[in-house]
Amino acid sequence: MALSDVKVLGSWPSPFVLRPRIALHLKSVNYEYIEENLLESKSELLLKSNPVFKKVPVLLHGDKPICESLIIVQYIDEVWSSGPSILPSDPYERANSRFWAAYIDEKWFPALRGVLAAESEDAKKAAIAQVEEGLVLLEEAFGKLSQGKPFFGGDQIGYLDIALGSFLVWLKVIEKISEMKLLTEAKTRCLLEWAHRFSSHVAVKDVMPEADKLAEFGVKLRAKILKARAIPK
Amino acid sequence: MAKSDVKVLGSWPSPFVMRARIALNIKSVNYEYFEERLREGKSELLLKSNPVHKKIPVLIHGDKPICESLVIVQYIDETWSSGPSILPSDPYERATARFWAAYLDEKWFPSIRTIGMAQGEDARKAAIAQVEEGLVLLEEAFGKCSKGKRFFGGDQIGYLDIAFGCFLAWLRVTEKMSGIKLLSEANTPALLNWADRFCSDAAVKDVMPDTEKLAEFGKMVIAKMRGAAPPK
Repeated sequence: MALSDVKVLGSWPSPFVLRPRIALHLKSVNYEYIEENLLESKSELLLKSNPVFKKVPVLLHGDKPICESLIIVQYIDEVWSSGPSILPSDPYERANSRFWAAYIDEKWFPALRGVLAAESEDAKKAAIAQVEEGLVLLEEAFGKLSQGKPFFGGDQIGYLDIALGSFLVWLKVIEKISEMKLLTEAKTRCLLEWAHRFSSHVAVKDVMPEADKLAEFGVKLRAKILKARAIPK
Repeated sequence: MAKSDVKVLGSWPSPFVMRARIALNIKSVNYEYFEERLREGKSELLLKSNPVHKKIPVLIHGDKPICESLVIVQYIDETWSSGPSILPSDPYERATARFWAAYLDEKWFPSIRTIGMAQGEDARKAAIAQVEEGLVLLEEAFGKCSKGKRFFGGDQIGYLDIAFGCFLAWLRVTEKMSGIKLLSEANTPALLNWADRFCSDAAVKDVMPDTEKLAEFGKMVIAKMRGAAPPK
């Protein structure tokens, strides 16, 4: 298959973009990566490929655009079915993976973003508490789903590893902003160890952004968010 | 399999609960339905089965709870795999069905709810415009997904039919309460016909709430929300 047959439109700070990239690496699929600059205006290709949401990531497979990061990961798993499986094979395990991935996107990630965008100390503390509560739930989920193995997916990285692991560098940035450790030996020992294993995995390490670079971006993003919220006088 | 081996915890006004019930009906799976009286507080069984979100629907299969309506529908499709397929078999068609289901849950249904809750004519008009724009997108999607057949899923009801069709009763209530036709011959002729077919399907008609009853319920919810708002 020609290199240009599979493309990913993305943006380096986006945790959602990491997901299809990790999935494609797991399947050993070559692809062309096209960087969108999210602080500037959106490209023609992005607007054409994702007219409904106008967001990254987008996977372009031949002439077919696929949008929404978790939908893309499932597509990759189903198309390149001879590669290692990303979703578990058991229906109940699949349901659990999907449930926790949905929880991460709908509840936990907004809390994480809430720390970055917090306008007051109180708002920041409330958001941090939510992030911590979520991590405790995910620690418990890890115990049940990994069944003593290194990843949520078992011996290999799977769907839920990708869903959560894609946020690890942002989590480091948030730890820096909140001046506290959110993944800790005391409360989330398994996740702490899992985080190291995930981040150093061969399918992951080359696509994870650098924490310092992301922290700098985080400062700019926060300024942008707060400015957009400012009430005009 | 014993009837009580499959249970659904639900609430009759909830479109999300309908999804699980329609999927089980498509697969001809017998199940026991438990109505949560949400105004009286959540049952022990609900809180135990869905401690994270404390929401319905919950599917309980044996001793395994499965939560989140679309996760439940996929679980049903994969577990009772000898029945009619709910998701398409082609990966791109699956991705397309999942995409529109996500759009419905994240963007479209919230804007329907906003119509009812909107304070002021401007807010109401803006919400209506959003719903109408969404329906135009979905009309186009129907053309592409159905390929001339009766449903998004083809000859039979599929994932996207379920994801979207479950909102039809609330859509009709909204039309009634706002006095506007949201599905129309002019703008959404294919969806208008699809809606009738969906609602009269054997897997759907007994779980679709009655529009009048739902309208009464809707008025009560809005009154409660408005009554609960702090006085200015």
